[in-house]
Amino acid sequence: MSIRERLSGNEAIAYCLKQINPDVMGAFPITPSTEIPQYFSAYVANGEVDTEFVAVESEHSAMSCCIGAEAAGARAVTATSSCGLALMWEMLYIAASCRLPITLACVNRTLSGPININNDHSDSMGARDAGWIQIYAENNQEAYDNMCMAMRIGEHPDVMLPVMVCQDGFITSHAIENIELLEDEKVKAFVGEYKPAEYLLHPDHPVAMGPYDTQPYYYEHKYQQVIAMENAKEVIANVFKEFGEMSGRKYDFIEKYMMDDAEEAIVIIGSSAGTAKEAVKRLRAEGKKVGLIKLRVFRPFPAAQIVEALKGVKVVAIMDKADSFNANGGPLFEEVCTSLIGEENIPKVVNYIYGIGGRDVSVETIEEVFTNLDEILKTGNVGQKYRHIGVRGL
Amino acid sequence: MIKGYSYTKAADINDQSKYYEMTPGGVIGESGTARLTKTGEWRTVTPVFIADKCKQCLLCVPVCPDVAIPVKDGKRGEFDLEYCKGCGICANVCPFDAIEFGKEGK
Amino acid sequence: MSKNIVEIRWHGRGGQGAKTASLLLADAAFVTGKYVQGFPEYGPERMGAPITAYNRISDERCTVHSNIYYPDYVAVVDESLLESVDVTKGLKEDGAIVINSAKDPEELRPLLKGYKGKVCTIDARRISEETLGKNFPNTPMLAAMVKVTQVVEENAFIQQMEASYKHKFASKPQVIEGNMVALKRSMEEVKGL
Repeated sequence: MSIRERLSGNEAIAYCLKQINPDVMGAFPITPSTEIPQYFSAYVANGEVDTEFVAVESEHSAMSCCIGAEAAGARAVTATSSCGLALMWEMLYIAASCRLPITLACVNRTLSGPININNDHSDSMGARDAGWIQIYAENNQEAYDNMCMAMRIGEHPDVMLPVMVCQDGFITSHAIENIELLEDEKVKAFVGEYKPAEYLLHPDHPVAMGPYDTQPYYYEHKYQQVIAMENAKEVIANVFKEFGEMSGRKYDFIEKYMMDDAEEAIVIIGSSAGTAKEAVKRLRAEGKKVGLIKLRVFRPFPAAQIVEALKGVKVVAIMDKADSFNANGGPLFEEVCTSLIGEENIPKVVNYIYGIGGRDVSVETIEEVFTNLDEILKTGNVGQKYRHIGVRGL
Repeated sequence: MIKGYSYTKAADINDQSKYYEMTPGGVIGESGTARLTKTGEWRTVTPVFIADKCKQCLLCVPVCPDVAIPVKDGKRGEFDLEYCKGCGICANVCPFDAIEFGKEGK
Repeated sequence: MSKNIVEIRWHGRGGQGAKTASLLLADAAFVTGKYVQGFPEYGPERMGAPITAYNRISDERCTVHSNIYYPDYVAVVDESLLESVDVTKGLKEDGAIVINSAKDPEELRPLLKGYKGKVCTIDARRISEETLGKNFPNTPMLAAMVKVTQVVEENAFIQQMEASYKHKFASKPQVIEGNMVALKRSMEEVKGL
């Protein structure tokens, strides 16, 4: 029996981490992720976990602390947002290349400037090529469930990669909603103990990590990361399946909503997917053949699943909550388009940048996108592919 | 395809090793692997050990970044120049001027 | 939005507890079996600046994560906001606005930009000062909102709040009674129902 509760997204992550009881948390506060280490440090102070909480002086140090701890053989976690993630940048790559399965709760917030504390995906999208697995949540429930699954994925011997568990800043992190929690024993049994094959503090077999890697070796090590990310696909699928059997909540790389016979669709990530579902539901009630694909896993990129889900779709809008400033399109748009290359009967594709810097995304915003898709379907003319919905003056 | 974790000894990895024959993240799992890289080739200045002046205090041994100062039965011996890259730290720490440093070349 | 969903918008000033009130209302509705959302809208933060918070309360999970533009009910925790914020914007005519004020509803209606729906007032300041000894307007506002919106059954609400206070104020039980009186009085003293 699961436990019926009401928690904010940040509370849900902190609670899950309490149930997991990791060895080390190295963290530095930044809005809107601050509450996660704040709540967690209360669990530490109350003796509800025996985690070593390391209060550091910057996010660069927070990630460095996690790297040191994980290399030493401990299970390390952190949480951050926005500029905090940006300050970790250098160390994100170190974590991935040293193959240290650190878990990071990323509470998505835009990157400055101009200064803005609200949600979009520019922080984690900027870090998309750092070699981390990235899983995104629509709501507090998914944030909790993704955190439950993260370590099983990252720590798997075929993978050994760090995992970013992302949720939308304020929109889900600070919103109280119903949630079904799992019992402590179930979470502990599911997550298990961290047993790395090699670690610095192994009494019988000490190792050296992070060596200088010269030209004859570096490329092969990077290729190993390529293989690890490829392997992650199978591991993630298995962990999702096992979690579904344990919790009753079934997840996949993507979630298809009303996609059967859909002619118009949108592909979207995070909390706005929930808002968009309401728009799809309303338009379906009017008899329109519309659907939605929610991306849950961005790294590794589920190209095959997306191509499969778009079969039969005539026109699709790819929704990006982060811009690439490449005068061509957002990151999700580019990856979906790349996935479609070489496929037969591909839909017409258009890109929308939306929700930047916390610009509210309403059901009406999504309905407007579908109205535009109607137009493309009718005229057969895509027009401007790279669009910015909601910008005044357009 | 690499599945799972496999460990390869540093001595068995060289610039012809395939990606799946190398350790993840370049982990090095044995001690003393400095012996696999002969840094003596890098040297442009060579130290000379003056045994008469040496009091066997062994201060030079731990500061050597490589393995160029062999110790046997509690006493240091002649430099193992295959591993001396000519950094000069040993000469700098020696309190008895027992290491002369300044001779050009090998 | 499906029919069985109630959407509420709270207007207050930073530090007054409007966000807390919205979370307490979500809590009360949750305990009586509802699906809830309680969330603030974050902007420039400082004490006294106008802030907005929201509630969605429904019988099935609501997936919408936007702000609320067409609320069924509006709560105004600080009367002075009526002059600076368009508090009835989008408010449904078959809904209601609840304002913390000592005045009668009809005295305030002229400030509400032609809003034709129900206007209620609650003298939260006086009730709070008389029962709690200080101006904590959010406790009376919470009770008034339950009374007006009926999103939570009244008796269930009172029982749940008592249990919650017993837990929250375990170390200072003397404040529980005052809070309970504040809640009950507020439910009786709402004007304009």
